[in-house]
Amino acid sequence: MFTEFVTAVVEHGFLQAALLGGLLASIACGLLGSLVVVNRIAFLAGGIAHSVLAGMGAAHYFDFSPLLGALAAALAAALLIGWTRLRYAVHEDTLIGAFWAVGMAVGLLFISKTPGYSSDLMSYLFGNILLIPAQSLWLMVAVDLVLMLLIGVFYRQFLAISFDREHAALRGVPVTLFYLLMLCLVALTVVLVIQVVGLILVIALLTLPSATAGHYVHSLRQMMLLSVLLGSGFTTAGLALSFGPDLPAGPTIIVLAGAVYLLSTVIRAWVLKARAAKAVSASLPVNS
Amino acid sequence: MNTVIDMQGVGFAYGLQPVLQGIDLQVPKGEFLAVVGPNAGGKSTLLKVLLGQLQPQCGCVRVLGAAPRKARRAIGYVPQYPNFSRDFPISVGEVVALGALGHSGTRCGMQTCIYRALQEVEAVDLADRPIGSLSGGQLQRVLLARGLVTEPEILILDEPTANIDQRAEWDIFERLKRLNRRMTLIVVSHDIAFISAYVDRVACLNRTLICHATSAIDSTVIHQLYGDHVHAVAHVH
Repeated sequence: MFTEFVTAVVEHGFLQAALLGGLLASIACGLLGSLVVVNRIAFLAGGIAHSVLAGMGAAHYFDFSPLLGALAAALAAALLIGWTRLRYAVHEDTLIGAFWAVGMAVGLLFISKTPGYSSDLMSYLFGNILLIPAQSLWLMVAVDLVLMLLIGVFYRQFLAISFDREHAALRGVPVTLFYLLMLCLVALTVVLVIQVVGLILVIALLTLPSATAGHYVHSLRQMMLLSVLLGSGFTTAGLALSFGPDLPAGPTIIVLAGAVYLLSTVIRAWVLKARAAKAVSASLPVNS
Repeated sequence: MNTVIDMQGVGFAYGLQPVLQGIDLQVPKGEFLAVVGPNAGGKSTLLKVLLGQLQPQCGCVRVLGAAPRKARRAIGYVPQYPNFSRDFPISVGEVVALGALGHSGTRCGMQTCIYRALQEVEAVDLADRPIGSLSGGQLQRVLLARGLVTEPEILILDEPTANIDQRAEWDIFERLKRLNRRMTLIVVSHDIAFISAYVDRVACLNRTLICHATSAIDSTVIHQLYGDHVHAVAHVH
């Protein structure tokens, strides 16, 4: 099956583009997904992802690039959600839920009022990596470079606000600025990954590789690197698995990532238990 | 300049609830000051005002002659509860390094500072351990190292002995006593009897502040502070 997939990749440009798109998305997912996981803001990232539909709907209604609409909506949602979170932490979950649903509702209203349009909706929601245009690939390269540059330069600041916000503030780190910057980078990543798996499934590709990596690493840097590798593996293998039986690629990638995460969780629990048992038996006094 | 902390007529209220009222406090350089008082007496609020996290509604606060926010870099702070989740992927060395964030200096100089801070708390061998694998007492020492890494002029500790046993408590205070030779120390504690053997002065805080020289701590003071339900145990240090 895999040899069949490899020959197909060599033959078809659209498969090469899909493969490349998956790898480029994995870089962004690994970097920002790790921050999302250690900050425990998966729900917040989900809110950003879903409110993107408002921007895409508006773009179709007013006839400009849906990608541009998605970018604008994601950044606006990130700043609004981030600001409300820092300001009104008590009602955080309610507020994020509101952004989540209202964003989608606005998008659906625009789409329903756009004449002759409905077919693209499914690909927004669930992605269509096989139809990824070259222009999107270039955008992904650019976004990846921006993410790598910013995280490379401000790694310690991002680590500090993720680990202990209060302490970071005492050490003079502009916490609000870096927190909102982090959410904007999450927004960029979300828009990029929507190209691959669609906005409903984004949150899985953002968190599952990093959460899996978290089972095996002891630093944020290692977590980022390993989750880039895992994400690349998931997108490539998912694409290959979906190709033969003609399954949609996005859901295949997500199911694969979820299965590996679950398996890793179970194995890790088992290993920890075995280790603990060994430690206890090793420290028992020897009966002579 | 011999006064490192100067508070005059400081008052703070959360909403309508006054927590601090008419606080006057001068801390001379090199002092070991304990702040004691009942729960909800305003101890944590006082620390937040000193660290510039809260702006008092009235009165004036100067730390090292400047506004508290400006003086932050010269202050080391050791919180009561770790503000982070224990499963965060980070090593002890990295945690201590974050204490030096915002300080200029070469990478090599930083490594030396981190090593020295870990050595100070006898935790050099923990440097590569993940933070989640430490015991309560070890974690406390690492947080102390994080506060010490920049060689602060003032070290502030919030209930440093709340989560550890008696022996470790003694250990921590001996360590603090040594540190006091080179920096001003402010320790918040609920354990007035234990602490009085180590510190120069005790500030009793229950919305208002009364300072006592350590020798003057007797049952009258304790009763004033905590009410009548305190059982004192006579013991000799």
